[in-house]
Amino acid sequence: MTGALTALFAIIAREALRFVHQRERFVAALVRPLVWLLVFAAGFRAALGLSITPPYQTYITYETYIVPGLLGMILLFNGMQSSLSLVYDREMGSMKVLLTAPLPRWWLLFAKLLGSTAISILQAYVFLAVAAVFGIRLLAVGYVAMLPALVLAGLMLGALGLALSSFIKQLENFAGVMNFVIFPMFFLSSALYPLWKMAESSRLLHDICAFNPFTHAVELIRFAAYGDFNGMALLWTLLALAVFGALAVWGYDPARGMTRAR
Amino acid sequence: MTLHVDGVSYAYGAKPALDGVGFRAERGRFTALLGPNGAGKSTLFGLLSGLLTTRSGRIEVAGHDMARAPRAALAAMGIVFQQTTLDLDLTVRQNLRYFAALRGLSGRAAGPRIDAALERLNMAERAGEKVRALNGGHRRRTEIARALLHNPQVLLLDEPTVGLDAAARRGITDHVHDLARDGMAVLWATHLTDEVAADDHLLVLHRGRVLADGPATDVTGNRPLAETFLTMTSTPA
Repeated sequence: MTGALTALFAIIAREALRFVHQRERFVAALVRPLVWLLVFAAGFRAALGLSITPPYQTYITYETYIVPGLLGMILLFNGMQSSLSLVYDREMGSMKVLLTAPLPRWWLLFAKLLGSTAISILQAYVFLAVAAVFGIRLLAVGYVAMLPALVLAGLMLGALGLALSSFIKQLENFAGVMNFVIFPMFFLSSALYPLWKMAESSRLLHDICAFNPFTHAVELIRFAAYGDFNGMALLWTLLALAVFGALAVWGYDPARGMTRAR
Repeated sequence: MTLHVDGVSYAYGAKPALDGVGFRAERGRFTALLGPNGAGKSTLFGLLSGLLTTRSGRIEVAGHDMARAPRAALAAMGIVFQQTTLDLDLTVRQNLRYFAALRGLSGRAAGPRIDAALERLNMAERAGEKVRALNGGHRRRTEIARALLHNPQVLLLDEPTVGLDAAARRGITDHVHDLARDGMAVLWATHLTDEVAADDHLLVLHRGRVLADGPATDVTGNRPLAETFLTMTSTPA
């Protein structure tokens, strides 16, 4: 058991160390949501009127609305990024070192997932700090209450990345995933506009958004940011985590020959 | 016996890669697995390291069945893969420490072992260097040192000298022969006949079958190994 924990911490530490070595990645991960927040949202505020929906008690600016969605964006991009690094790892062979460790495979994958989630959350809080500097602040309790929501959302999106990485054999195929997973997930969600607004334009789009697990991850974070709790969002996020996690474990099963020798 | 492979077959879809492969790699012996490219060496290593699984045949490592107790089997094995599997941005020591932790060795327990393994491969003075700064030969030595950290009984090496110059190749081949002499069971895959010494145990693998299995001198008779090998592998198996 202690051996398994030693391995867990080592995998997380390696993930963190790798992140430190890639400073560009950190900057990119931070600039992306900040551009949305400070440029896109400012323009959008004029075009879009928001009414009061829970958890908000009063009129809010668009910048305030979009913050949980952008936190979701950080987690989503990071989840996919670590999945990309897994595909890279497999091509480079370091995945073999991990998978030949004498530990259960699901444990090794879980450790990998925890490591990438920890980095996502670090980025999320740095983003919140920068947003606060620009005057977009939450209540103090929100910053704390958000943590478990961020962990759960991060694990769910990381598990999605893990599952995807087990089915992608080559780095070149990854660009497609970015287009067909990240963008639809982000735009077909409540990250940029509330669902009722979406329903006004199209019932079908609204239903897709309501089905999208990313919507629920964002809503979980949004409610938590106001010290509130959304049971439905929690349930959906947990369910998606279970499904993606199971897919990942199945995808990395050696009987499927995923690490096939070349 | 330490590594025992019995009747192992594997196919990629309809294309067979291994067909009833069986052999033993004993303690204290350097077993050379010689085969041309495409003979099935890498597939065999995939199966031995648990990255692939098959239902036909049996693989036993230090008494542990790979199918039934894969983790006990893996714990008894040191593996050097064909591609480099080191983190280029980490130092030699950091790479080894990461690997030791994957085997459940915490920092304190791993330290002396890392020193000993590096010492053994004459790599001690490079412990603090980043792997990116090392040449191919030194990277290989680092990987062999890493494979020894948990005192495995069986050492597997999949074409470990690919891409190395003659001197580095010689150095590493000699080092691993020493490890076998000290009591380890070594399985060394290669397609280069000059890496096989006269007193090694020789397996010739061709098109997924074992064509020869015995002491190198018995397999070759009076002829040079290179010639024997070419004759064996030029005819359809």
